[in-house]
Amino acid sequence: MTTLTQGKLPGTLSLGLIRGAAELRQFFRIREQVVFTFAFPSLLMVLLGSMLNSSMPGTAITTGQVLAAGMIGSGIVSTSFNSIGIGLASDREAGALKRLRGTPMPAASYFIGKIILVGVSSVAQVVLMSIVGSLLFDLSLPTDPMKLLTALWVFLLAITCCTLLGIALGSVTKSVSGTVAVANLLYIALQFISGVFVTPITNLPRVMVDIASFFPVKWICQGFRSVFLPAEASAQEMAGTWELPMVALVLGAWCVAGLLLAKLTFRWSNESK
Amino acid sequence: MKTAVKVRGLRKEYPGHLAVEGLDLDIEQGEVFALLGPNGAGKTTTVEILEGHRRRTSGEVDVLGEDPGKASRAWRAKLGIVLQTANDAAELTVAETVRHFARYYPDPRDVDEVIEKVGLTEKAGARVKSLSGGQRRRVDVALGIIGRPELVFLDEPTTGFDPAARRQFWGLIQSLAHEGTTILLTTHYLDEAEALADRVAVIARGRIVAEGTPQTLGGRATAEATVRWADELGEHQERTHFPAKLIRELSADGREPSELTVHRPTLEETYLDLIGEAR
Repeated sequence: MTTLTQGKLPGTLSLGLIRGAAELRQFFRIREQVVFTFAFPSLLMVLLGSMLNSSMPGTAITTGQVLAAGMIGSGIVSTSFNSIGIGLASDREAGALKRLRGTPMPAASYFIGKIILVGVSSVAQVVLMSIVGSLLFDLSLPTDPMKLLTALWVFLLAITCCTLLGIALGSVTKSVSGTVAVANLLYIALQFISGVFVTPITNLPRVMVDIASFFPVKWICQGFRSVFLPAEASAQEMAGTWELPMVALVLGAWCVAGLLLAKLTFRWSNESK
Repeated sequence: MKTAVKVRGLRKEYPGHLAVEGLDLDIEQGEVFALLGPNGAGKTTTVEILEGHRRRTSGEVDVLGEDPGKASRAWRAKLGIVLQTANDAAELTVAETVRHFARYYPDPRDVDEVIEKVGLTEKAGARVKSLSGGQRRRVDVALGIIGRPELVFLDEPTTGFDPAARRQFWGLIQSLAHEGTTILLTTHYLDEAEALADRVAVIARGRIVAEGTPQTLGGRATAEATVRWADELGEHQERTHFPAKLIRELSADGREPSELTVHRPTLEETYLDLIGEAR
């Protein structure tokens, strides 16, 4: 039996696009999930911002603006890290991954589909939160091409490393409920110690920020503050500058680490091989 | 006839327990083959090794000319796998799901035709999550056959079905078999094996303990029959290889023994004997 099936197998990329369309369709049909993903960060921004809104000493910038800018960064952590971690675990628990494994669809197409889901929902998150921030806190949307460029690379590095780490998380956890718990715990804790909720970040104990500096959230939010806030706001950062090269370095390193972790941990089913 | 599945000396060890110990299996192309056995006998492990879902510890395995352990995409395109449990894609409609899976294959069947074949035409526009268990199972089958497979694996396909749904499902399997698809079926239900399979094998403790047609399995066709009758002396029972001869003697002088029955072992009794011996 060496005869191949008639017709050509569909390409990896085109199958990835088909997967992406199916992922998006499924995501947007679960209303609770959509509401939670998009309303929760914006609601938190509104609530915290209205409590903590005072002007920063010697500037026209308000703490609400600093909060809003940082929260846009952590908003896409939720649409990448949390969403993929939980999505992968539930695909495995429901048997979807095992079913796909039995078809000629390549694994790469599955991941392209997930990346499309992350890309679209993360762009939507940034747009939504920018609008809320600009309406409620007078956050000025960036128009300077340099800032737009920064926004682009921070965004891409952020969703890449968070997606890969989400795949690793969703692979090492045993159940969906376990994944939800771990993802949210990490997410809330890292946002807190990264100075997302407590603004400016200099109000936090040094050691807390030192720990946060090993993880991506701090740098993603710092990158987004550099995009949405005026230059003088950088004085309120730990280092007194935006440290953009450091943002690129840490996020880039996490992309590499995330890729390795994802490759090492990914599995198609919960059963032992 | 060509061989679709050929297995020699298959072994599968898990830490601390041996699931399959030296299993041989041949399935011809176009055949409906049923693998029977109690829970934990090694059925699912064996089937999942053939599907390429699990690695084997040792032994030779050839499925449609390839080793499932290093199978290609083209090989997967020739298989149809109907899983035991899958609850995914619940937010898509039946038609969307089947159409989506059709895109994975080089030469898929017609989507509407497959939906009709599994009897879900009326439910084509319904979300998968709104379907009953039996209807979901039919979606599983639709996804298993959409790629025009040469070989279909059905792992306990009718578990949880009501009797009418099972009959319908059997009809579906028979029509697939009629088209020349090779089918490997695992099941707990002996009537299912009897109705569908050309050949059956009984697996117990990781080994094949008997193999044959449903009519001859375990020497069933030639096994001793039990003849029971009653006369003025009471009830009688005799085991014999020649029941017709015995009955002729009983009725030789025009007598009519009352409550006369001839009983040969059913497939179920044969099966229980076989797995009992292996325990």
